Amino acid sequence: MPEYAVELRDVSKRFPGPSGEIVNAVKNVSLQIRDGEFFSLLGPSGCGKTTSLRMIAGFELPTEGEVYIHGRPMGQTPPYRRPVNTVFQNYALFPHMTIGENVAFGLEMKGVPKAEREKRVKEALEMVRLPGFEKRRPRQMSGGQQQRVALARALINHPEVLLLDEPLGALDLKLRKEMQLELKRLQREVGITFIYVTHDQEEALTMSDRIAVMSGGRVLQVGPAHEIYEKPNCKFVADFIGETNLLEGKVIHQHGRQVEVLLAGGLTAHAESDQSLVSGQQVFVAIRPEKMALRPYDGAHNVYVGRVEEVVYIGTDTHYTVRLAGGQRVRVREQNDDPFSRPLANSGDEVRVYFDQTPARVLTE
Amino acid sequence: MTKKRSPWLIIAALAVYFFLYAPIVVLVVFAFNSSRTNVVFEGVVNREPCGPFYWFCALAGNRELMSAAQNTLTIALTSTFFSTIIGTMAALALQRYSFPGKTFSEALLYIPIVIPEIVMGIGILVLFSTLFRFINTTFSLPPDARLTMGLGTVIISHIVFSVPFVTLVVRARLHGFDKSVEEAAQDLYADEWRTFWRVTLPLIAPGVLAGALLAFTLSLDDFVITFFTTGPGATTLPIYVYGLLRRITTPELNALSTIWIALVLVALLIAQRLERRAG
Ligand SMILES: Nc1ncnc2c1ncn2[C@@H]1O[C@H](COP(=O)(O)OP(=O)(O)OP(=O)(O)O)[C@@H](O)[C@H]1O
Ligand SMILES: [Mg+2]
Repeated sequence: MPEYAVELRDVSKRFPGPSGEIVNAVKNVSLQIRDGEFFSLLGPSGCGKTTSLRMIAGFELPTEGEVYIHGRPMGQTPPYRRPVNTVFQNYALFPHMTIGENVAFGLEMKGVPKAEREKRVKEALEMVRLPGFEKRRPRQMSGGQQQRVALARALINHPEVLLLDEPLGALDLKLRKEMQLELKRLQREVGITFIYVTHDQEEALTMSDRIAVMSGGRVLQVGPAHEIYEKPNCKFVADFIGETNLLEGKVIHQHGRQVEVLLAGGLTAHAESDQSLVSGQQVFVAIRPEKMALRPYDGAHNVYVGRVEEVVYIGTDTHYTVRLAGGQRVRVREQNDDPFSRPLANSGDEVRVYFDQTPARVLTE
Repeated sequence: MTKKRSPWLIIAALAVYFFLYAPIVVLVVFAFNSSRTNVVFEGVVNREPCGPFYWFCALAGNRELMSAAQNTLTIALTSTFFSTIIGTMAALALQRYSFPGKTFSEALLYIPIVIPEIVMGIGILVLFSTLFRFINTTFSLPPDARLTMGLGTVIISHIVFSVPFVTLVVRARLHGFDKSVEEAAQDLYADEWRTFWRVTLPLIAPGVLAGALLAFTLSLDDFVITFFTTGPGATTLPIYVYGLLRRITTPELNALSTIWIALVLVALLIAQRLERRAG
């Protein structure tokens, strides 16, 4: 049996709600996070990301199920006995201590002698590019700098796993991009498993080795970025990650992976699915705008006539909003790769759009 | 454009200040009176020892008064110590935990602030005397071992009325306290105990100190409750002064009051300073 850095087995968490009801924050979640991995928990607000992370850190105990860290069941182990460290969204630096004291705190609690503490604080601050800031106070630092201090304070302890709860949430866009690269660099350097909570899909896609998409307390799909993007396993994931066209319809028949779907207005679509579906089942055909095109070639599978409603030129691409004969509205994204970037159609034109069968996915709710 | 202020408002303000501070000024001035009676000011005293501070020095020679001062300080320090601990713990518990009947117990905690002091005094007196009589008779204690009113009962009653004030002040400090710094400490291997001493307490210290100073000043000048709960040998300054008043007032008393006012003023200033820095 492989040993994971962190494993959640059938973990559920219920909270007593404000008016006596029960809040199911996390429902029956199982996750395996590998050693040295940059793993992201991605999902909309309130889907249970923070609660999952807090159960790994030990700030919350699961109502059901068990959390394992490197194979050891955590049970009731309090946070201060778990081999993990956390970077909090609001940094949570100790305002009454200097930066040096903040960073040294974990080592001090572990009883590391002062001389070694000082040496390691110096190294840790150098690692996050804040050399010589030991004597400063947290409130004398900018948000980005405080963020780095929070990182140094956690990483100095060489945790088995580093937990990060939307650590870049409070930073402006430019600083965010910088810190994303910085975090990736740090993670490669120290080789520690990172579990990263975010509701920003772009952040998750660019940084993670693997992503777990969560919704309503459940994990819907786990996989590397390209898999989550190219092969979403349900409507929610397709819709949440990137932009997607969802065409509602009913299954006509399935042949292995290939499915024929009847769309509104009598159109049919050929798409693929990993699930086994029954005829007449309500489904969605999901197709990314960049996988659709105008001007079909001869013998293309899914070809539809429609009218262009809107043309948006954004430099590298042009986006066409097309209303199909069946009333569906789709977005088509064409690259502007010809030398003159002439639009392929104008608003009001009748066009034919198409997509191939392979990138089109048949999804259920 | 500045708004024209009503002259009445100014007069009212002056009157308030006059009635508030004139007695205090007079009191302090008379502490330097050369006459023994407190009726007319007959010039600044200048007698050996201590010259103009003659009455202040005379205080030191008054054994009864010195023992009352000692009692007052003992009571104030002890009750402040305990009420600060209890009040802070109550504030932390109310902040952190929700439990059935929390609102009710919080309301109950603050009742001593609004209840008339005399009611509390009588209540505590009745409680202690019944309790002591019960214990003294059931265990048929010999006369010298019997429980009586004294320093102990005064200290307990002072703790009782100070706790709500401490809790109130500490609660204000805890309002908006970011509990993630406590979690951060625990995440960095500090157990609950060390988290409290290294993180929680330093952060709420201004509130705790302000609460302690408030408790201290409340205890220093309490008369009503002390009057009901004191016993032989446990006379405090307010009680002692009250006893003197019925006979004759001398500048000695004014000197005593002057020191007293200075002490309370300093304590209050520190408390206010700390609270402002906290806010
Ligand atoms: N201590 C608590 N008591 C009651 N309900 C809670 C508690 N903590 C979280 N919840 C509820 O559990 C659900 C999941 O919360 P959680 O904080 O894990 O969401 P999240 O995915 O981190 O969201 P966000 O992106 O907004 O941070 C929410 O509905 C939340 O209201
Ligand atoms: Mg969250």
